[in-house]
Amino acid sequence: MTDNSTPPSSRHVIDRLGIVIFALAIAGLFCPFVLFRANRIVAGEARYVLDALPGWPGYFLLAVLGTGAVLALLRLDARLRLAVSFAALAILAVGLGWAVNSVTPEGDKISRTAPALGFWLELLAFGLLAADSVVRLGLKPLSRIALLVAVGLAIATILLSGIWSDLSVLREYANRADVFWREAATHITLALGSLVAAALVGLPLGIVIHPTRRLRAVVTGLLSAVQTIPSIALFGLLIAPLAWLAATVPAAAALGIAGIGAAPAMLALFLYALMPVVSNTLAGLDAVPSAANEAARGMGMTDAERLLQVQLPLAFPSILAAIRIVLVQNIGLATVAALIGGGGFGVFVFQGVGQTAMDLVLLGAVPTVALAFASAVLLDAAVELVSVKGRT
Amino acid sequence: MKIKALSRLAVLILLGVFLARPDWFGWLFAPLTRNGQAAIYTQNSLLNLTLNHLAIVAAATLAGSIVAIGLAVLVTRPAGREFLPLSRTLANAGQTFPPVAVLALAVPVLGFGTAPTLLALFLYGLLPIFENALAGLASVSPDVQEAARGTGMTDGQRLLRVELPLALPTIIAGIRISAIISMGTATIGSTVAASTLGETIIAGLINSNLAFVAQGALVVGALAIIVNTSLFAIERHFSRYRQDQR
Repeated sequence: MTDNSTPPSSRHVIDRLGIVIFALAIAGLFCPFVLFRANRIVAGEARYVLDALPGWPGYFLLAVLGTGAVLALLRLDARLRLAVSFAALAILAVGLGWAVNSVTPEGDKISRTAPALGFWLELLAFGLLAADSVVRLGLKPLSRIALLVAVGLAIATILLSGIWSDLSVLREYANRADVFWREAATHITLALGSLVAAALVGLPLGIVIHPTRRLRAVVTGLLSAVQTIPSIALFGLLIAPLAWLAATVPAAAALGIAGIGAAPAMLALFLYALMPVVSNTLAGLDAVPSAANEAARGMGMTDAERLLQVQLPLAFPSILAAIRIVLVQNIGLATVAALIGGGGFGVFVFQGVGQTAMDLVLLGAVPTVALAFASAVLLDAAVELVSVKGRT
Repeated sequence: MKIKALSRLAVLILLGVFLARPDWFGWLFAPLTRNGQAAIYTQNSLLNLTLNHLAIVAAATLAGSIVAIGLAVLVTRPAGREFLPLSRTLANAGQTFPPVAVLALAVPVLGFGTAPTLLALFLYGLLPIFENALAGLASVSPDVQEAARGTGMTDGQRLLRVELPLALPTIIAGIRISAIISMGTATIGSTVAASTLGETIIAGLINSNLAFVAQGALVVGALAIIVNTSLFAIERHFSRYRQDQR
């Protein structure tokens, strides 16, 4: 490692990860900050920080990022490092907005200005610093949720303030705001709907097959086989039976079930979700200590009472962990639904890929990632909360 | 157990025959077509697509395994330990990225074709292998480490002869998960013009020819199950070996 050669005195001052962050942040200062295109199709022109922000705003931004990079290098208190990273990220966000505004000609509506390599490197550097500080702080679940909410509110404030309104991604959004929210609703319906269905089916299924070894082996074997089938293949395979169902059963067609569209997507997501729910229900029930079961029996509880009052509460953290896995997995997989006409954020991703329009890809990908990430943080915290409660 | 092995062999043979002579199965897919559409995809030979698909997945998984295991070893050594908590968090957070997004974002860097698919498979495939390698290396008990040190092994010997062999079943489980995810992502890779089995599915969806969709899906599904069970068998073999060694 690099600092093996440094004298021992400086080893206590310099942070090893800080070296990486410093290198990324400093390199970012020398890369183009934004990319300007006169319209959607032409090649972009790179603009450095000082080109995009002439005068003091540019120097101010460079000074803030440079200072942040140097501070990242030092071994400071984790709270201080977190504050440095958030301050740098906030100035970076505002600076991006300013740069885009000043690059965009007055009153122009067809040009597209997007963040370039320099911005992404700064984002990566200070994002890493923030993540590392949060990890080192070892925040409690509720503090993590509070931090998530605060970051969400900060991003919402920036979006609503209009600082970023000339940004290329937001111009794509402005052109199709209605469609965006409709697809967002579809995406969430697909992910959550299939999750609820899988929980309603998987939980009882797990409870029923739990005592019988044979049945467990068959069901989990079948479900894990489903799990290995690639998403687009499963979506595709379900088109045929659903098309047949819609053609032969008028009631099914009336319910909106069709070969192409949301129905096969929902069914496929449901099938993918079953496996984690069932296997974690089984694992949770397995982990119930036999002493607890004995005690419940000794108190004269019936099997049903024992299940509801002893086994399920004890298995709950494990079941909640399955909900976390399924939700994050479903939010990601729901993007593929767009390929079979099921809608969701994938619509923008695949449209963007088709038109080689990166901004459109980002319009679909960024909300998907944000949604998945927020659900992961939220449910991880929830799992930790219920597990702690169960232990006391 | 015998029945399982036999059915696995039957799937493999059936798949082989189908890939070699897809036209023999035309009657099977014909009911899915409408208005005299072709029943078998002939734009590209299914065998070529399958081999391409497997080659992309194998290359990405191999590269991913080498890099991920290397990184996991690095952050579990004293010199890299400072990076351990963050790298664990990053691997965890990275897996909330949908593979489709990784694929789509690789296009502007590398253009259309096989390259962005390879990059996306490699990057996304790293995470489960890295996570499992970390878990495997962490599961080696301090007693075993101490004993190895007591016999006079150097740090390098301890890594190669004690830690990695003990972590191997968990690492292979990570490689299996990674390969299965890659099988699926490679299928979606055909939306960015990689020549994989997704090509038949996409062609079927565009021309609303369910026969194309079904044959692509069946081949990919069968391949995924074969890859999964084979890697699972290897994993089981090594964990049994590990128990015998104790």
